[in-house]
Amino acid sequence: MPAAQPHSAARNLVSAMPGSMSGRVGRTLEQQRTRVAWLFVAPMLAAVALVAAWPLARTIAFSFTDAYLSDLESWAAIGFANYIALFEDPLWWQAVWTTLLFTVTSVGLETLFGLAIALTLNAHMPGRGLLRAAVLIPWAIPTVISAKMWGWMLHDLYGVVNAALLKLGLIDAPWAWLAEPRLAFAAVVAVDVWKATPFMTLLILAALQVLPKEIYQAGKVDGVPPIRMFLRVTLPLIRPALLVAVIFRGLDAMRVFDVIYVLTGNNPATTTMSVYARQQLVDFQDVGYGSAAATSLFLIVAIATAIVITVGRVNVSATGERR
Amino acid sequence: MIRKRLGRLAFYLLIAGIIFYAVFPFYWAIVSSLKTGTSLFQVEFWPSNPTVANYVALFEEQPFARNIINSLVVAVVATGISLFLSVTSAYALGRIRFRGRTSMLMIILSVSMFPQIAVLSGLFELIRAIGLYDTLSGLVLANLILTLPFVTWVLTTFMREMPRELEQAAIVDGANDWRILTRVFLPIMGPALSATGLLAFILAWNEFMFALTFTLSTEQRTVPVAIALISGATAYELPWGKVMAACVIVTVPLIVLVLVLQRYIISGLTAGAVKG
Repeated sequence: MPAAQPHSAARNLVSAMPGSMSGRVGRTLEQQRTRVAWLFVAPMLAAVALVAAWPLARTIAFSFTDAYLSDLESWAAIGFANYIALFEDPLWWQAVWTTLLFTVTSVGLETLFGLAIALTLNAHMPGRGLLRAAVLIPWAIPTVISAKMWGWMLHDLYGVVNAALLKLGLIDAPWAWLAEPRLAFAAVVAVDVWKATPFMTLLILAALQVLPKEIYQAGKVDGVPPIRMFLRVTLPLIRPALLVAVIFRGLDAMRVFDVIYVLTGNNPATTTMSVYARQQLVDFQDVGYGSAAATSLFLIVAIATAIVITVGRVNVSATGERR
Repeated sequence: MIRKRLGRLAFYLLIAGIIFYAVFPFYWAIVSSLKTGTSLFQVEFWPSNPTVANYVALFEEQPFARNIINSLVVAVVATGISLFLSVTSAYALGRIRFRGRTSMLMIILSVSMFPQIAVLSGLFELIRAIGLYDTLSGLVLANLILTLPFVTWVLTTFMREMPRELEQAAIVDGANDWRILTRVFLPIMGPALSATGLLAFILAWNEFMFALTFTLSTEQRTVPVAIALISGATAYELPWGKVMAACVIVTVPLIVLVLVLQRYIISGLTAGAVKG
């Protein structure tokens, strides 16, 4: 993008003068700045090492043992036995499939709804600020609470959803939303969409609001139909922001746990990788096997992140360079 | 003319639909929380004889007030520690070009993508080993894995957007990095710190899996766990009225927070993602 960094350009210029005094000064200055930078990051890095890197390393180590939750000290190394058992368990593969299906459906729907709502909110009208806040509300409340509220609305006997559908004559007997496998999956997706669409909406809205108005005026003058305008102008312009939002949400959806644990519990139709791993780890106390499942999920998310960053050419990390 | 009016009507219907979709679950939770006994199981859109019995029961039958305080303590402390540790690193990552900066940003981003379950057994062992199992300090420690990378990432973006002239003047005056950070940047970073802190607070306040796994006693539970595990007075009672009352109690302050501070929230969210 046009606005390069004058800061770095100047510094490069200084250090690019070989042999000159300023070159040597530039280098020592750079070394000094690097030392300061590392000093400034050190406390944060130490904390991340303690709460993230170390536990992750221990989880990976546990996955090669037969450790049990009740006594984490006594264990024996059993090599890849946990992984072999995991890959032979059809329930694990079902969990993998459920997770992928959940990710694709919920993020897909969230993108569509987010786009629609953002385009609506982008139109000028009275009370837009209040509307934007109303849309934000589902995002702010804990997932556990949204799962409970929807769990009550979808209750098979006393839920308002069944009552409304019965009254409208759309169904002739109450549906078991949270027990019936397909309905349970749909219910989990619905709650996740309700909860996460605001995030999508906000990010898309932020991208829409910086679009140059002149293009749209020109389009109007030339009589370009709105749909064509959207497909040819708006969508390509907000594509980078849209991609980042989809990636963030996608990676988030792959580790989904809260909504499923609360809404449908151990229903096998909605058991995702996180739910499966925690079940093994905590409910069955099998730390070795559960850690193998957790490590596998971690690897899948890591690979997905790597693919997305390289193939999608979304330069998520080097923000400075991107601008 | 008629077509234009119809279009307008469709537009407002769409908006009404969006609002209904966003707000109805809250409305229904409020209505249900005001009903007890059999009326809870009848679908009526306004309770015929509203009662606060569920709210009273919530605080009398279980330590819900304690749970709220727990959540507040954990979220505030985790946010505070994260902000404190992140400020200097965000300055370094946002304002200093040095070797390893990009890879460090990469690491921070990937830590924020960690599935919580991937650190669960390792963290469990750590928390037990230092004697923090079933304590709020243990939960603070666990929450850092969520809040710390997030806060660092968002603050770095904010830092980067500060105008260059600020520090140039300071460099000319011979100020070192520490002085530039504390005397020049920090005083004007109030809005950025509040936005980031608010989001981190919400993140820690909503956290469920760690709180569920690392606490045992009802007294140490945070709000999400307490709500997920609310039980009836007897095994046969369906505690939906109480659950909805708890949802309303927790949601109302959050709604107020969102309405009052939505500008901060939006700036923080977009700094973390769109510009990231």
